[in-house]
This record gives sequence, C-alpha cells and structure tokens, in this order.
Amino acid sequence: MSFSARLQANAIGWVLPVLVIAGWEAASRAGAMPANVLPAPSAVAEALWRLTLSGELIRNIAVSTARALAGFAIGGSIGFALGLANGLSRLSRGLTDTTLQMIRNIPHLALIPLVILWFGIDEEAKLFLVALGVFFPIYVNTLLGIQSVDPQLVEMGRVYGMDRRALFLRVVLPGALPAIFVGLRYALGIMWLTLIVAETISASSGLGYMAMQAREFLLIDVVVLSILIYALLGKLADSLARLLERLSLGWHPAFQNG
Amino acid sequence: MPAASLTSVRSFVAAPVPARPAISVEGRRAFAFKGVEKRFGDKIVLDGIDLDVPAGQFVAVIGKSGCGKSTLLRLLAGLDRPTSGSLTLGAGDEGHSHTRFMFQEPRLLPWASVVKNVEVGLTGIAAGQDARQRALDILGEVGLADRADEWPSVLSGGQKQRVALARALVGQPQILALDEPLGALDALTRIEMQQLLERIWLAQKFAAVLVTHDVAEAVALADRVVVISAGRIALDLEVPVARPRRRGSAALARLEGTILDRLFG
Repeated sequence: MSFSARLQANAIGWVLPVLVIAGWEAASRAGAMPANVLPAPSAVAEALWRLTLSGELIRNIAVSTARALAGFAIGGSIGFALGLANGLSRLSRGLTDTTLQMIRNIPHLALIPLVILWFGIDEEAKLFLVALGVFFPIYVNTLLGIQSVDPQLVEMGRVYGMDRRALFLRVVLPGALPAIFVGLRYALGIMWLTLIVAETISASSGLGYMAMQAREFLLIDVVVLSILIYALLGKLADSLARLLERLSLGWHPAFQNG
Repeated sequence: MPAASLTSVRSFVAAPVPARPAISVEGRRAFAFKGVEKRFGDKIVLDGIDLDVPAGQFVAVIGKSGCGKSTLLRLLAGLDRPTSGSLTLGAGDEGHSHTRFMFQEPRLLPWASVVKNVEVGLTGIAAGQDARQRALDILGEVGLADRADEWPSVLSGGQKQRVALARALVGQPQILALDEPLGALDALTRIEMQQLLERIWLAQKFAAVLVTHDVAEAVALADRVVVISAGRIALDLEVPVARPRRRGSAALARLEGTILDRLFG
C-alpha cells in the first residue's frame, strides 16, 4: 500500500470521532446539554489552552508518562525474562508457573489497599501496581510464543548445526515475536489503566491527580480534558507498538501489503 | 573434491567393530551400515541392516509405511543412534558439511529472506559476505537467483523445496539424505524437481539417499534401489540404465515391475 493510500485508510478512522465532537458542540450550543453535565468541546479546548499556558498540563503529562514507562520497564522486563526462562527450561517452568498462574488470577487493582499500606502514596506504590499489571500479559504471551515455535524448525536448526545461542536468536525468538507483540500491546493498555486508577486514588501529581483536583473545584472542563488525554495517550502507545510490529514482522503474511 | 579417507567411525557396541577396507568401484565410501539394529522399546524397527554406499552413489530406499526407512535416514543424519551395530562415515573434507538432510516439508525460516535461509546451510562453515556469495551461487543453480531477497511466504511449494535443496547443498555435503522431499508437490513440479536434483547431483557427485514411496521416481533417479521390508533389506538392485534416462522406457518399467513384485509379492 502506498503512503497516500495508507494515510487515507488512517483518515477514515478519525471521521467518527470528529463527527461525535461536532454533534456534541452543536448540542451544547443549542442548550440541549447543560454545561455542568458536559461542557462544550470549545470549553474543553479553552481549558487545554489555559493549562498548557500555565505549564500544568505538560508537567502532569510528563510525570504520568515517566511513571508509566518506569513501571512498564520494570514489569515488562521481569515478565519477558520469566517468560523466556519458563519457555526454554522445563525446570524453571515447573518451579514457577503454578505460582504465577495463581497470582495472575488476583485482579491487581484489588491490591490497592495493601499497596497503600505498604508504600503509602509514594512513587513506589504506583510503580508497583503498573509493573504488576504489565507483568502478566508480557509473561503469558512470551511463554505462549516460545511454546508455539514450530518444533520442525527447531529440529531443522539442530540438524544444520546451530548451537543453542544461534537456535535461540535465529529460530526461537523470531518465532515467538508475534505473540510477544500481542502481549506488548495488551500490556500498554493495562499500563495506562493501572496508572490512572492509582493516580486517581492516591497521588500529588500526574494526570489522575489533575482530574481529581478539578473535580474538587468543580472544573468539569478539566475533568473532561483529562479523560480525552487518556484516550490520546492510549492511542499513541498503541500506534507506536503497531509501528514496531510492522517494522519487525515484515516477513509475516499478515503484515505484507499492510 | 580431494579424496576422503576412511577415518571417522561411530561405534555403538561395547566391542568396536574393526573397520574393514571399503570395497567400492571408486575405492572410497560415503557411509556403511554394519549390522545396524534400532529398537524403540520392544519394537524392532531396523533388524540388522548392512548397507555399503560408495561416494557419489545415488541410492533410493523404498518400503511401505512403517518399514523403518525413515529411521534409517535419521540414523544416517545423526538424528538418532542405533541400538547396536555400527555406522561408518567417510571422512569429511575441510570447509564442507558432511551429511545434509532434506525434509518432507521445506522447513524454511519464515522470518529470514530466501538467501538468509540458504545461508543456514553454511552454519559453522562460512559467514558474512562469503556465505552470502555462496548462497547466491547455489540459488542461481536452482533457478531462484532473482528471488534471493524475498520472504519464503511468497514462494510456491515447488520454489520453497528448491530453496530447501539449495540450503542442503550449499555446504557441499558428502551425503545428502532426502526424506520424501517431493512427496507434497504436484506431478509436474515433481518431475521438474527430479530433473533439477539429478542435474545438481551429476555436477556435485555427493552420495544421495532418497527415501520415497514412488517406485517410478526411484528407478528414474537412482543408481541403486534398496527395498526395506520389516526392518530388513529385502532387495538390493542396481539400476544399470544410462543417463539421461527416458521416463517410461521399457528398461525402467521392467525394473519397476521387479520392485513392485517384491513389495507386494
């Protein structure tokens, strides 16, 4: 697909959001939607302008993004490492998988009261929750990816004299990559969700905190603005993951002509 | 290829079998099975196989499903070890792979380009620019030089098997073991592949061991046809027909009849 054709296909995805916003603005102007229930998009845009000028918005986005990425790096790398270990070693899997599957079935947000008791409302609390939330999708999909590598290809690699290192780098890891990317995209979604919930409950900075403060002062335009920014950040993270996916999975039939 | 002497002996019995001098027309040997037995639990798959194959010979191995012919090939490729008996291999030359295996399926790495897949055949033999050049050369021989940088997923079944053949041959092996590699191809592609295989074999003169169900394929390609039945060699037949062979000729048909009689007689 050419660049302009791809641009067109992407543009189609934005038609619906733009229509919704236009309709919403019209409803607000006509008085069908009271401003204390849902402010007009223009009012939200004004809030965006105001908070951008004061620097508050950028600061909060930066704080939240840094937390999200730090938590993601911690949880993601532990999940990836354990997924690899358990996919490659039967002993490691036997030792840890049952435990991990039990922990996986606890909703990680249910740990918030415990986490607040442990860490207070400091940074550690949010990092811990994000890391825990991100850990499982990465772990489960890395493990699944490695287990689903075609054993015939592994046998071929052995017959052709690949050592363990070459076998891993040239056969096992590339074979597991599509599943790992599924885990990555899923984890990015969980990353934002967890962070926003954690910041809403206990924080003194960040986007979630900004929204909660605005609620205290009945600044409903700022609340709506925060929510819209979550949507944009989530979309941004997903687009980045898809870009990476396209770059590294060019061989996959699903990504050709795409 | 410089002459290989008989040096590597893989022995699997407590008392090693003394290596006897190879008896073959070229005076050197690709490999020899001596009293090879393979058991899986109580089941005897190979029951005393003696097979001496000189360098450069094309042997076809035929038998019904489950007769042990694939096991024979796996032993040869070192994928499995005999329960008893010994397998002797002629010494390999420097810079060459010894035994290469071509599977029933192409088994190409879908995430590596065609030329990178061929380079897999040079693992531990050559790397970098040298490996790429050798891979491109052999791709030219199988007629796929212009597809070198494409993904395997865009190739047809026959083209994939040609890449697999290039991968098997790029290391210039002494022995090429083929496990029904043409079984899944359509009849026309199959004949094309047989001709390609014969042409490359004539040029490189490796010993080829082709396991097949197809008796016509066996007599068309091989110097020698070995029929395996119930784990033993039931028939060991020379195919004294000059090349190039004409498919469907009377001489080939007669041989085919002899083999089928033995299989079903």
